[in-house]
Amino acid sequence: MVTVRRSALAQPCDGKLFPEPGEVLSYGSDLRQRRDLRSPRPLGELRSCARGIQRRRGFLSALSGQRCSMTQSVIVQVGQCGNQIGCCFWDLALREHAAVNQAVLIDMEEGVVNEILQGPLRDVFDSKQLITDISGSGNNWAVGHKVFGSRYQEEILEKLRKSAEHCDCLQCFFVIHSMGGGTGSGLGTYLLKVLEDEFPEVYRFVTSVYPSGEDDVITSPYNSILAMKELNEHADCVLPIDNQSLFDIISKIDLVVNSGKLGTTIKPKSLVTSSAGTFKKWQEKPFDAMNNIVANLLLSLTSSARFEGSLNMDLNEISMNLVPFPQLHYLVSSLTPLYTLADVNVPPRRLDQMFSDAFSKDHQLIRADPKHSLYLACALMVRGNVQISDLRRNIERLKPSLRFVSWNQEGWKTSLCSVPPVGHSHSLLALANNTCVKPTFVELRERFLRLYKKKAHLHHYLQIEGMEESCFTEAESSLSALIREYNQLDATKSRPVEDLPRLSVAV
Amino acid sequence: MSIVTVQLGQCGNQIGFEVFDALFIDSHCPQRLSSKRENEAYQASCKERFFSEEENGVPIARAVLVDMEPKVINQTLSKAAQSGRWKYGQHSSFCQKQGSGNNWAYGYSVHGPRHEESIRNLIQKEVEKCDSLSGFFIIMSMAGGTGSGLGAFVTQNLQDQYSNSLKMNQIIWPYGTGEVIVQNYNSILTLSHLYRSSDALLVHENDAVHKICAKLMNIKQISFSDINQVLAHQLGSVFQPTYSAEGSFHYRRNPLGIDWQIRPPLPGLPSLSKMSLNKELHFNTSIANLLILRGKDVHSADLEGFKDPALYTSWLEPVNAFNVWRTQRAFSKYEKSAALVSNSQFLVKPLDMIVGKAWNMFASKAYVHQYTKFGIEEEDFLDSFALLEQVVASYCTL
Repeated sequence: MVTVRRSALAQPCDGKLFPEPGEVLSYGSDLRQRRDLRSPRPLGELRSCARGIQRRRGFLSALSGQRCSMTQSVIVQVGQCGNQIGCCFWDLALREHAAVNQAVLIDMEEGVVNEILQGPLRDVFDSKQLITDISGSGNNWAVGHKVFGSRYQEEILEKLRKSAEHCDCLQCFFVIHSMGGGTGSGLGTYLLKVLEDEFPEVYRFVTSVYPSGEDDVITSPYNSILAMKELNEHADCVLPIDNQSLFDIISKIDLVVNSGKLGTTIKPKSLVTSSAGTFKKWQEKPFDAMNNIVANLLLSLTSSARFEGSLNMDLNEISMNLVPFPQLHYLVSSLTPLYTLADVNVPPRRLDQMFSDAFSKDHQLIRADPKHSLYLACALMVRGNVQISDLRRNIERLKPSLRFVSWNQEGWKTSLCSVPPVGHSHSLLALANNTCVKPTFVELRERFLRLYKKKAHLHHYLQIEGMEESCFTEAESSLSALIREYNQLDATKSRPVEDLPRLSVAV
Repeated sequence: MSIVTVQLGQCGNQIGFEVFDALFIDSHCPQRLSSKRENEAYQASCKERFFSEEENGVPIARAVLVDMEPKVINQTLSKAAQSGRWKYGQHSSFCQKQGSGNNWAYGYSVHGPRHEESIRNLIQKEVEKCDSLSGFFIIMSMAGGTGSGLGAFVTQNLQDQYSNSLKMNQIIWPYGTGEVIVQNYNSILTLSHLYRSSDALLVHENDAVHKICAKLMNIKQISFSDINQVLAHQLGSVFQPTYSAEGSFHYRRNPLGIDWQIRPPLPGLPSLSKMSLNKELHFNTSIANLLILRGKDVHSADLEGFKDPALYTSWLEPVNAFNVWRTQRAFSKYEKSAALVSNSQFLVKPLDMIVGKAWNMFASKAYVHQYTKFGIEEEDFLDSFALLEQVVASYCTL
């Protein structure tokens, strides 16, 4: 199967192995039509059968046209939230690769896509082998984790193993879920342990949607804190996201779109919130737009592994550079730009603006204040026509306003990928390991304690086999330990940076 | 005599391509000032050193390409093939899929032993194509995982297998403001290991080359391609054939015939007493300087400044420490060009900075778990620190 695909791609793009960034090769029929063929069910229907687990095959293996194939990632989408985001991701990824290499699309049409429609994806769309439960998890972490976890472990494992076998070289699992509910939170974190045991060498990246303060799920603090313990212990890297931030980003875009100001026509395909390239009125389907932002995050994260560039960054480098201590693996992400103005003839000032925006709270996917906290490490993943001098100029410019921990004063990890996202000439994803995540965790603990002190709703959890009060107290101490580590680092903020005495040697 | 080049990692492969290209373009550059015979001898010598011949006449670079992920090697191979000027051997490359994750320990302890045999075989094949081997030129960066870790491992291997051949490592010193967060760890581990197995470390700092692009060449938007081309130019002007000392039309056979092994006098021997004339000028003290002049007026150039004792350490006579190679055949399109290869205190400050930053980070144990995971223990770090502090101290006492 793999061989057939490879030979079909033997002469892609006029003999070039890599098309120029943004180059669109001539191609016959309408792209849109093809996409409809590939997604037989609209998103709405997917949502209803989305209470389960879907796996996407390592799509990278299909899209590589090179001598040695690249690494693959497997996406594990859990729960309603996780599945919605996952679907957006898949659509965007196809669109991105289609725009770069339409020859691949031909192949996908005949080969991979059909195979997907008849293969694992058929399971998904067919819902015959979907793991669903009519009652769902009832927003109960214990049900998701203990009940569904053990009940479906074998089946889940089998599907995961099959996915992994199809990959030449599996590098990473992306788990997408929310923290506040039952399935995504409980079963999602159960899967982390399974993945760690079964595939110990494969990185586990988790995108977690944290509940906001006004969350309507009463038990979300319980679910979140129980899930946090699992994330602490079994995830390599966590990208926390909150709905409020995503919502704020959409509002900001909406302001620009509807302001009707002269010269503010936005290029349709460039919206970070839209996959179909249209201005959907976000009030009608806010979650669509929000999910697309997260999907864009994941795309940018993997861009340097999928496309060429002058300074590559693979996924294993993210963990290596941004996780100085095993526990401290929570990264604040920000994406820019959110859209491209149509009348673009990008002067350098706009490019620098992109870097400034990455450090502005408006572009963060979680509410936090990195500028007034301590940076442990920061990664800048740049895409498009940006060169090393642009990168360095902006680092020099922004450095003075940022506080880095004493032992990592120049803690920057950078990458340059030649291929920008669709509709943009350049883009930037900033990932920061910063103590500014602490308030999110502190709030979480406070909300938990308020609930736990009253023992409210506790019986729903304790009646599940395997659940005891110790589960809660252990989860709380795990979170407290994490907060303490951040506190210790914060305490060093005001200390002057001193050079430690060096080893003295005899000459 | 031939040089076998080993290109490691993204940096090594990107630079390697530019170097071979610069060498090829120079050797085929139309020369108005040299005689036809001179030029042909030059071309033949360059060819013997860096290229082997294929049936249809397209020169093949004497190079082995190694990387732990495929994108860069694929790009490099196709760039060379598309240029139509020269190319890499069809089976001269070795790549994997996973990369080294910027982890020196992974490159050295995992990839090294795992792929030792395959890489050794590739190098051996290349060596067998040479009539006579002068040595190895290993291009790598210090900051990442493959070039640095696997590069150190491969160099060690070469030391074991080809102990009589010269091994010169071209090392790329990363930007001070950081390209990789753990670059200082990777750098000290690389340097300390290379010190034990390499004969010479030729260093290029990204910051320095960047400044050349910005200030001397006035490039507005500097890319890695620009930087690599400047680098390749410098290396080309050092490695291209030079006349031997006799001045006949005979190019030096051993291109790397520089006496790199200079040892300080043993304690007990009197140091040469000398009144140095301009000590107040604070030059970086040198152990050895090699000046390579090419093009017009090479014989009439005034080089007295290079023989000033103030440049050299007190236990060396300038005549022993300073060498000059003059070649009338110009380099590329430059009517006159000069290259200086120097073993001096120039790199003490950057080295000291890297050691200092790595030490600060190590004292807080940050990132150390990423290395111990793959077999590089805290002791290995301490050994590296000790060795490099010694190097810094030795250079400082010059």
